[in-house]
Amino acid sequence: MSSTTGPARVHVGAAAAKKTLPLSIAAGNLLVLTHIYTATLVLGIGALFGMLQGLSRANVIVMPPEFDYYRMLTAHGVLMALVFTTFFITGLFTYSVYTTMPRIRSTKLGWAGYLVMLLGTAMATVAILDGSASVLYTFYAPLKASPLFYFGATFLILGTWLVALDLFLNVSIWKIANRGERVPLPAFMATCTLIMWIIATLGVVAEMALLIPWSLGWTPGIDVSLTRMLFWYFGHPLVYFWIMGAYTIWYTVVPSTYGGKIFSDSLTRLAFIMLLLLSTPVGLHHLYLDPGIAAGWKWMHMLLTFGVVIPSFMTAFAIFASFEQAARKAGVTGFIGIIRWLPWKNPVFAGPALGMILFIFGGFGGIVNNSYSMDVLVHNTMWIVGHFHITVGGPVALTFIGATYGLVPMLTGRKLFAPRLALVQVYLWFIGMVIMSTAMHWAGLLGSPRRASDVTYFGAQGAATWHGQMVWASAGGVIIAISVLLFIIVATGTFVANERAQDAPSSFAFASTRADALATPAAFDRLTRWGLVAIALALLAYAGPITEQLTAHAYLAPGMRTW
Amino acid sequence: MHIHRAERLWLIFGVSMLAVFIAVITTAAVVDGFVPPSHVQSIDPTKVSQTPPFDHPGLRRVGPGAYEAYYVARIFAFTPATITIPRNAHVTFFVTSADVEHGFSIPETGVNSAVTPGWVSEVSHTFTTRGTFLLICNEYCGSGHQLMAAKVIVE
Repeated sequence: MSSTTGPARVHVGAAAAKKTLPLSIAAGNLLVLTHIYTATLVLGIGALFGMLQGLSRANVIVMPPEFDYYRMLTAHGVLMALVFTTFFITGLFTYSVYTTMPRIRSTKLGWAGYLVMLLGTAMATVAILDGSASVLYTFYAPLKASPLFYFGATFLILGTWLVALDLFLNVSIWKIANRGERVPLPAFMATCTLIMWIIATLGVVAEMALLIPWSLGWTPGIDVSLTRMLFWYFGHPLVYFWIMGAYTIWYTVVPSTYGGKIFSDSLTRLAFIMLLLLSTPVGLHHLYLDPGIAAGWKWMHMLLTFGVVIPSFMTAFAIFASFEQAARKAGVTGFIGIIRWLPWKNPVFAGPALGMILFIFGGFGGIVNNSYSMDVLVHNTMWIVGHFHITVGGPVALTFIGATYGLVPMLTGRKLFAPRLALVQVYLWFIGMVIMSTAMHWAGLLGSPRRASDVTYFGAQGAATWHGQMVWASAGGVIIAISVLLFIIVATGTFVANERAQDAPSSFAFASTRADALATPAAFDRLTRWGLVAIALALLAYAGPITEQLTAHAYLAPGMRTW
Repeated sequence: MHIHRAERLWLIFGVSMLAVFIAVITTAAVVDGFVPPSHVQSIDPTKVSQTPPFDHPGLRRVGPGAYEAYYVARIFAFTPATITIPRNAHVTFFVTSADVEHGFSIPETGVNSAVTPGWVSEVSHTFTTRGTFLLICNEYCGSGHQLMAAKVIVE
């Protein structure tokens, strides 16, 4: 079973020779690095907006009108949820495929994808910052942003399709040349996730096909419910896109930081196939409180959402099993003993591992949110904000940051700049996120709404209890922002300081599977077929509610700009 | 495909737990009617002020201790701005939007619904304690969203 190959370093053709950089970087690595550094920059800008927002909502600072709360909130949401995560994941998967399969094609298509993503990001960011798109990252119609915003978001998605096409072509060529062989695990995970992503993004592209002509004034009104459904058809698998990116690192890279192995090749693939199948047909749990959608459809999506918890159970098991096996091999036993034995002083391990701790609580909260009628207690309260900060802002972001500390030295052949600062950074993020997310969850339980610039409500009695939690949340936000600053210093410093690593860098290696792991069924590798099953499931889950929408007497709403 | 015994036990435990959750939620939904607000009734959002009963929003008494309250959500206010009801009143709220997406939430009561232009939302609650309840829009609707609130006074 050839589940992995060693980490490839500088290779591929003669590209290295003509680089002007002091240390030569191969074409494929440069593409990956560009994705990673773009994600890093976006994280920095997004964190700055986040911090200012938290402070202004807690009434600690007053922002000038050019940086009004809702504009900053839109920028923060779009940059963090849609841009930072997407650039990192496309970069990671490009790395996964390029290094585990000998690349014979040029990187041109990959670069084209990156540039289209960048163009889209620039367009959307300009629209947000000039104040013509304060529609938040969910851009619920009939709030009508400038066409530039919708075009930008569409280009960002189309760019990811080009990246996916580049990787699919590489995998296909490899498969033809290596008939009968198992696709290397990291490449399998990349392909599986990107198939899920294509299926999911079809929803938001369909939504854009309605929103763009409407924002240009070509159509008079918009079916609000339909756009909300299309958004969440995309919006929930977006969450799983982040998680599958993080899981890729948890399964394949994290074990190499403690000399461990991947617990099981076949179960890893099975978990990813389940994520591919079940990430999409679950979006209505975001619309539990929507009128116009019968309760039965919502119940069906609740059921499927609980189903998508199972691959996460499998992942939790695989991670701890891998910890334990490696520790036992080193002669360490006992729960405390094993935990202490793990390399907590290596940021490439500590980042993802601290994220895993947060994800336990993120998972609990997710089960609460999915609990159908119980959702009325938390829907659109700060609880939800606490939930997605302890998920995408916890396990996902910490894993990507930890991985960056491994990837950048690996791809550039340079020494990680100020490794101790990197270590402080991940712990600081963890502390800040625990404080911020706890305060947000708490405020939500007290009834504080999300997405409001100020929650004093003319001194209303009920609202008075919320303020204290907002101050705590903003304090956590400041700690996270400081942590992001340190991250940028380390990431930039590594490149600028330009110190060649003494020994061969192995900080970001794909681990191998245990020798005694049993063979993976060949059917697991037939991802095209699994993709078709995923499409069938998505159609099944949405055909009912969408048909009901379209056949009901749905009125169109004219767009407006209310900010 | 072989699954390790410990993993099998773990998955049986996990899946059983999910099954219990689903059973509890479904029983509560079927037996006690605990379903999220899912009223399906459309309305032309451009003609809300001409469509009865939303042409005259407000509180109506429909029986002993039973009320219906018709609300129009419009940036950045609810009509009616205040309703007064006796303790133990059971109120069914019908809400629609005359412009953009809004929310309809009375914190600490379980009254919470999205308000979507084109649709009428329905949610009900029995107010068992006296006091002034804050009713807020909990979906971003524009620059004055944070001001969009009303009152429910229970006497």
